[in-house]
Amino acid sequence: MTIFKTLLAIGVAAGVSAASCAQAQTLRWSSQGDIATMDPYAHTESFTSNMHHHIYDPLVRRDRNMQIEPALATSWQVVAPDRWRFSLRRDVKFHDGSPFTADDVVASVTRLLDPTARARGNLANVTAAEKVDDFTVDFVLRGPYPLLLNDLSGIFIMSRSWMMRNDALKPGNITTGTTTFASTNANGTGPFKLESYQPDSRTVMVVNDAWWDKPQHNLKRIEFRPIRSDATRVAALLSGELDMIAPAPLQDLARIGQAAGFKVVEEPSLRLIFLGMNWRPELIAEPGKKNPLLDLRVRQALWHAVDLDTIQRRIMRGKSRTVGALVAPPVPGYSADIDKPLAFDPDRAKALLTAAGYPNGFKVGLACPNDRYIADEQTCVAIAAMWTRIGVQVDLKIESRTTYFPKVDRGEADMYMLGWATLPPMDTYSVLSAIFASRRGTFGGNNPNGMVVPRLDALADAAGTELDETKRRAMLTESLKIARDEALFIPIHQQPVAWAMRNALEVPVFADEYVRLWFANLK
Amino acid sequence: MVMAAVTAIAFAMFRYVGDPVLIMSREDATPAEREELRAALGLEAPVFVQYAKFVGRVAMGDLGISYRNQRPVAKLLAERLPATLELVAVAMAIALGLGIPLGVLSALHPKAWYAQAIQAVSLLGISMPTFVTGIGLIMVFAVGLRWLPSFGRGDTVALGWWTTGLLTQSGLRSLVLPAVTLALFSITLIMRLVRAEMRDVLGSDYIRFARARGLPRPYIHFKLALRNALMPVITVTGLQVGTLIAFAIVTETVFQWPGMGLLFIQAVSFVDIPVMSAYLLFVGFLFVAINMTVDMLYAIVDPRLRGRAR
Repeated sequence: MTIFKTLLAIGVAAGVSAASCAQAQTLRWSSQGDIATMDPYAHTESFTSNMHHHIYDPLVRRDRNMQIEPALATSWQVVAPDRWRFSLRRDVKFHDGSPFTADDVVASVTRLLDPTARARGNLANVTAAEKVDDFTVDFVLRGPYPLLLNDLSGIFIMSRSWMMRNDALKPGNITTGTTTFASTNANGTGPFKLESYQPDSRTVMVVNDAWWDKPQHNLKRIEFRPIRSDATRVAALLSGELDMIAPAPLQDLARIGQAAGFKVVEEPSLRLIFLGMNWRPELIAEPGKKNPLLDLRVRQALWHAVDLDTIQRRIMRGKSRTVGALVAPPVPGYSADIDKPLAFDPDRAKALLTAAGYPNGFKVGLACPNDRYIADEQTCVAIAAMWTRIGVQVDLKIESRTTYFPKVDRGEADMYMLGWATLPPMDTYSVLSAIFASRRGTFGGNNPNGMVVPRLDALADAAGTELDETKRRAMLTESLKIARDEALFIPIHQQPVAWAMRNALEVPVFADEYVRLWFANLK
Repeated sequence: MVMAAVTAIAFAMFRYVGDPVLIMSREDATPAEREELRAALGLEAPVFVQYAKFVGRVAMGDLGISYRNQRPVAKLLAERLPATLELVAVAMAIALGLGIPLGVLSALHPKAWYAQAIQAVSLLGISMPTFVTGIGLIMVFAVGLRWLPSFGRGDTVALGWWTTGLLTQSGLRSLVLPAVTLALFSITLIMRLVRAEMRDVLGSDYIRFARARGLPRPYIHFKLALRNALMPVITVTGLQVGTLIAFAIVTETVFQWPGMGLLFIQAVSFVDIPVMSAYLLFVGFLFVAINMTVDMLYAIVDPRLRGRAR
């Protein structure tokens, strides 16, 4: 019996070591969704962009601290308010061996700006790219625009000769169903080469030994397999079929952390969760009466009534961070001075309601999704209960994101939950232009309920063209301060991002929830 | 007729599923960008116009293009069909292979301890939700014992347009847990049905006369009794095949099985209307086809029906 056991142990040990040798430096990981297309200009999904970034390089990219650094461009200067000049990196080769030059940048930008490209909104302020010489390119803009580098960090450069050879100079578009050779194949300059792409099943990448940058990873191969069900994804990790899952479901973090050989890495995400309000003359819940939310004291009362600490401790299991501002600390424009929520104080909330003329409260609707943000439904149920305690009657409506967001967008909600990560630009301007500014032109895409604050509109106009970074950031901070002082929104918390992996894997977790495996090391 | 009703109901339902535009847009997309996208998807037209266009296209054999996968829906379904059919075929084989013998056994010896045990266990099988069974099996055989893979289909071999996982070791290993999960309900259903029918038939006059004549027991049980008891079993099995294909959704989600159920679930969460309508159309077609097949099978098993038809 003992001999048998020993033999078994040796056998198992040998099997395990053989297996781990064979799999050395192959990273197998999973997420809940899959890549929508291999064509970088055919979509606007952040996860798909994230995957493309392993194969394609942009002109500038985010470093380990999420700051913008040179990638395919080595330097740049603003030669005129509407013209930026980029010097390109020399001796860069695409995966098919062809050299990278200014022609590739021009062809890529032309392809992206094609009217049929789904992603052309990602570079909306650029009108053209012009070749100056083989390694210099000018970007022509509509006007002064401070966020060009932020935009370019998400624009991947494709090979002109490869696109010509494969008849892919015109972009694909996942919306219209247009596909090209580039929809299922890829040829970039990035750290990994695409080996195979089977939609909804498996994507394999192998290391690009000819990468222009010094690798900070030690991977030879990446195998990605999407798994939709949370429980199955966790089980696949624990059963040793995967090395990493991102994201890891919040409710399983404790269990994974306790399992031998696995760890959980957490980071506060850029995504902030807050409540927006109805600014029309009447509330939907109380037709025929004046909208109480138009009174600052009522808005502050609702804020004072929310027990953010309890939500943080009980619902978010201590993993979130309560906030008072509407952007996360790493985002330009953030200021710690305004990142303070109103204190939880039901008595003060009642006093404010009485002062505003609502001693017995009023009726208000609260709409929430149940499948978009972490613990979104539970958070809303808790908030509704807290408001009930100060005498406000809450008509709570919880539904799937597929019907929730259209409803909010049509302005059919009194109070509604919204999450914002300022992506892709990673700048407060994203909040200012899309949420604070009123709906006109390209502004106010997520301001569906008629909120108009003239000063915020003026700030949105000015910050959009201000090239002096100090002045621009001051404007962004001012807009956040107005939002807090006027209680235009009720900020709740900053979501956590959590990944789970084998102990043998080292990979930094980023607040923008991007998986950057060119920083991954597998022991 | 049935098919027309299915498409009409399906299309009417989709108005309440939600709006794909917001899900497909960037977070900070401008209203103008969204309107453009809506127009590109053909969603700005009134619902009945969209429906008429849909029916017109389907009649010409074009199921449309998936919003999410940007590929023809017919092709997507064809790619996913083998995975689902293999899973269902294996599950059905398990269900019949275990269900019928167990049912016969417990009908022949209803008082025996094992018959009682089978009855008790079958109650469990019939009342346990599929996702619980699936996750339970994963926990035991994939996470605990690490014998079998917890998700996916393993390696597949392409035979023309059909991909099969039945010819590779990893494909077969991947098949075990989902097939057992999917089969569990059918095993118990068939088992209980066979038992009930068998006991009915065993109590009938012609079986008692056969016994009285001293015919061999196996001949009575399997040739005379079982054959008669199988009539309702065939109906149920047929419907069960349809149900398994149509509602393998849960099993496929739990095991990330790349079949049609998973495709449908993904389509629902992305409001991918072309895929959802095509899937419902397919399921409608499937039930019609299965009912026809079952009717034809009756004739083979029951000679009396053949006679009447003549």
